[in-house]
Amino acid sequence: MTATDLGLPTLGGLDLVPTSDEPQKSKEYKSDQEVRWCPGCGDYIVLNTIQSFLPTLGLRRENIVFVSGIGCSSRFPYYMNTYGMHSIHGRAPAIATGLATTRPDLSVWVVTGDGDALSIGGNHLIHSLRRNVNLKILLFNNRIYGLTKGQYSPTSDQGMVTKSTPMGSVDTPFNPISLALGAEASFVGRALDSDKKGLTEVLGAAAAHRGSALVEIYQNCPIFNDGAFDVLKDKDEAERRLIPLKAGEPIRFGPDGDYGVTRSAWGGLEAGKVSEIGEDNLVVHDPTIEDTAYAFALSRLGGQDLQQTPTGIFRQVSRPTYDDQARAQVQQAAEAKTPDLHALLRGKDTWTVT
Amino acid sequence: MSTSPNGTGTEPLSATRPTEISRLDRVVIRFAGDSGDGMQLTGDRFTSEAAAFGNDLATLPNFPAEIRAPQGTIPGVSSFQVHFADYDILTPGDRPDVLVAMNPAALKANLADVPRGGTIIVNIDEFNKRNLSKVGYDSDPLEDDSLSAFEVHRVAMSTLTQGALAETGLGKKDAERCKNMFALGLLSWMYHRPTEGTERFLQEKFAKKPDIAEANLLAFRAGWYYGETTESFATTFEVAPAKLAPGTYRQITGNTALAYGIVAAGQRSGLPILLGTYPITPASDVLHELSKHKNFGITTFQAEDEIAGIGAALGASYGGALGITSTSGPGVALKSETIGLGVMTELPLVVIDVQRGGPSTGLPTKTEQADLLQAMFGRNGESPVPIVAPCTPADCFDIALEATRIALTYRTPVLLLSDGAVANGSEPWLIPDVEDLPDLRVTFASEPNATDGSGEFWPYVRDPETLAREWAVPGTPGLQHRIGGLEKQDGKGSISYDPDNHEAMVRIRQAKIDGIDVPDVTVDDPSGGKARVLALGWGSSFGPIGAACRRVRKNGLPIAQAHLRHLNPLPGNLGDLLRAYDTVVVPEMNMGQLAMLLRAKYLIDVQSYTKVAGLPFKAEELEGVFTDTITAARKEATL
Repeated sequence: MTATDLGLPTLGGLDLVPTSDEPQKSKEYKSDQEVRWCPGCGDYIVLNTIQSFLPTLGLRRENIVFVSGIGCSSRFPYYMNTYGMHSIHGRAPAIATGLATTRPDLSVWVVTGDGDALSIGGNHLIHSLRRNVNLKILLFNNRIYGLTKGQYSPTSDQGMVTKSTPMGSVDTPFNPISLALGAEASFVGRALDSDKKGLTEVLGAAAAHRGSALVEIYQNCPIFNDGAFDVLKDKDEAERRLIPLKAGEPIRFGPDGDYGVTRSAWGGLEAGKVSEIGEDNLVVHDPTIEDTAYAFALSRLGGQDLQQTPTGIFRQVSRPTYDDQARAQVQQAAEAKTPDLHALLRGKDTWTVT
Repeated sequence: MSTSPNGTGTEPLSATRPTEISRLDRVVIRFAGDSGDGMQLTGDRFTSEAAAFGNDLATLPNFPAEIRAPQGTIPGVSSFQVHFADYDILTPGDRPDVLVAMNPAALKANLADVPRGGTIIVNIDEFNKRNLSKVGYDSDPLEDDSLSAFEVHRVAMSTLTQGALAETGLGKKDAERCKNMFALGLLSWMYHRPTEGTERFLQEKFAKKPDIAEANLLAFRAGWYYGETTESFATTFEVAPAKLAPGTYRQITGNTALAYGIVAAGQRSGLPILLGTYPITPASDVLHELSKHKNFGITTFQAEDEIAGIGAALGASYGGALGITSTSGPGVALKSETIGLGVMTELPLVVIDVQRGGPSTGLPTKTEQADLLQAMFGRNGESPVPIVAPCTPADCFDIALEATRIALTYRTPVLLLSDGAVANGSEPWLIPDVEDLPDLRVTFASEPNATDGSGEFWPYVRDPETLAREWAVPGTPGLQHRIGGLEKQDGKGSISYDPDNHEAMVRIRQAKIDGIDVPDVTVDDPSGGKARVLALGWGSSFGPIGAACRRVRKNGLPIAQAHLRHLNPLPGNLGDLLRAYDTVVVPEMNMGQLAMLLRAKYLIDVQSYTKVAGLPFKAEELEGVFTDTITAARKEATL
């Protein structure tokens, strides 16, 4: 076996997508379809945020595609006045991979949920992250199955009583950020549905990133898992629990930044009082660290119980993308050998009958 | 070729010893040995020699699913049968005239197929006590009289090969591994085959390992010289070139022809191609071949699983490329849901199923035609798809173009049912002129098309003739739209749960497939219409059915033959054709799947003849079936 060094990508995530000089409004991104999520669903806020965010990219609207799987969040493409496909359960990353690989001029977004991405579509999620296809994957995590009316999901709390777990769920939940990092994701971020500013920042960085970007969005399901993230939305609780990640700054949180993150004795990360840790021992956040161990340790600061919840960009590293390399091979092959169908069909060994 | 002190020279091999030359019209040779003995390569090279000589030919590789089954055992036997002739032949042959058996297991596994009086060439070096007892021989069949009905040539192939390579410095084990080339050399001498191609092949194959190339060449020449110098072979054989239709030919396997057909489809449509696939026997060679031809704008995506393979292909089609996925029966099962999405979104997609023995993992390396009903019905809901099937290895090229034509014209997934027999079998192929290949160019939607004058783009507005919807690819300004698996409102394409709309859409999707333009099926009946029995087949059984019909006719009985390349929709003239015969006999390598469809559609009680042994039909077997059918039909007529 021989390996070829293909080098690091020099492009940004949107560099091959045509832009428009016309100023755009969020209204133009709304389709004529009536939005049919339940009243109070977190999906509304995310939809509004994305419809406000996309015009800022200045892309030609026809070069944006949303691909989704199945579930409440996967209705998303119908509400976007872009190109879109509502596909099958769990398979959106696979479909988007074929699209992104053959169409570098498109900005391709995958909208998925915790059941769609982490249960039935877990395989496609990890492999698209591993390949680093230039896709932006928005994982709406509400920790429940909504469209099928309230069964536990792969991110539901252990012990959770649902329609399918009357005695409590015995499943261990995934930490989606840890999972993505384990799958070699080059960009991983997290935001709350209600935090328009924070979500917009992560989306902007994800769009600019060349390669797969996974954005976990904590999203409230008012019908089957209402209030799952309320502790992160209550002002006082949020201040204690949310750990905003800001590149180049020491990681601090809590009222007046009294708390911070430092290296633990075993080489991981742990949170504590700055007064005890000491300012000099605070970790300065750097999402570009190659070793996934750092971002992974960050993802482990926050558990399922949301006691401590980092938000923002965990990891953002540059590495070759599958689609760029696949296209480069096709181009190299064409440059090395002019396509000649007649010569191919003839091959080397022919004989002639007269 | 390099000159070496020990025998390989630059001069071509030429026979000088006078032998009795027997002229034959056709010969079937089967090379059989352990899976590690290189029998597939040996057979393949002999085939190339026959092709270069201008014979018509057909081949049947037969190998175990295990990469290296226990050495010297029956399950580990790998064989390659080649049939070559001075006229156009249809099958790889029922029974080998010559069996080359490299060990006792190969002899035991294949002896029953050799007709009395057949020739058996054995490598006696492997006939030791241990190997004999491994396969249950109590006594050495070469020593007792169990082979007295055959002409047996005992050749110490291993020893002779090692001897020929003694001075190369190659280890004993490595030297012994070249014994397949010794066998090839001997057979090449016996049948007056041209040898330059094999020598060139060996040099190219082992270009980076000159010592191995040299060893193989030496072994090949040693085998040839063995025939030339020892007098145990008194007769050599000649099979004259075949009188095929004029033109330039090459030898081709079904999988290669299929891959070339896809390349051609890309060139003739002007579309980039994405093959999304997952390795599976016996379809992987399509991936291997296409991955070599990226210069034609072909992207090959080896996905994480079967589902992702077809998903990526469908995603590429959505973006305006030609999406293709290749697999075998178990993979089709996994792809079913995405095929359904392709039916619903009405996007072009070619799904290649190289069928193998089933159910479940079944017989990965053996052939079967048992996925027809899976292709036809194996999805939820009313989900019609067109189905095509190649009838010979070379036809795989044309069928790939035909599948693409249907997919692009009607915006639909198309199931292409190849099988292990055509996929791995090979035959001469009259190389087509590129200019004569079908024009597959497509037009993407570029303008709003709403029928209400709103200036919108409606994704489900249809061409009145083909019922195909417009293909509007992302990036086209003003045509932004959403598609998906939910039922669509006819025309506008919005989500619709309206009962009348669903009813209409189900019927439209069916009508679109039913209305696909497929050519009429033609009948071969040299008796000029006297035949009262029609033999109807599909897929790879074309060869054995045709060969059997020839035999029946030679015996003075008329029989008509027709073969289906389009399984859905069926050709428009098929119903009338079936009704024109007293009896229609349908041989299939399944439990009667086409017969079931024909009975259901035409209410004609076709006679199903089925076999599911993992191997193609034998012509002699079908000859018996057809003869019995004709006899029975005549009896009935006279009653």
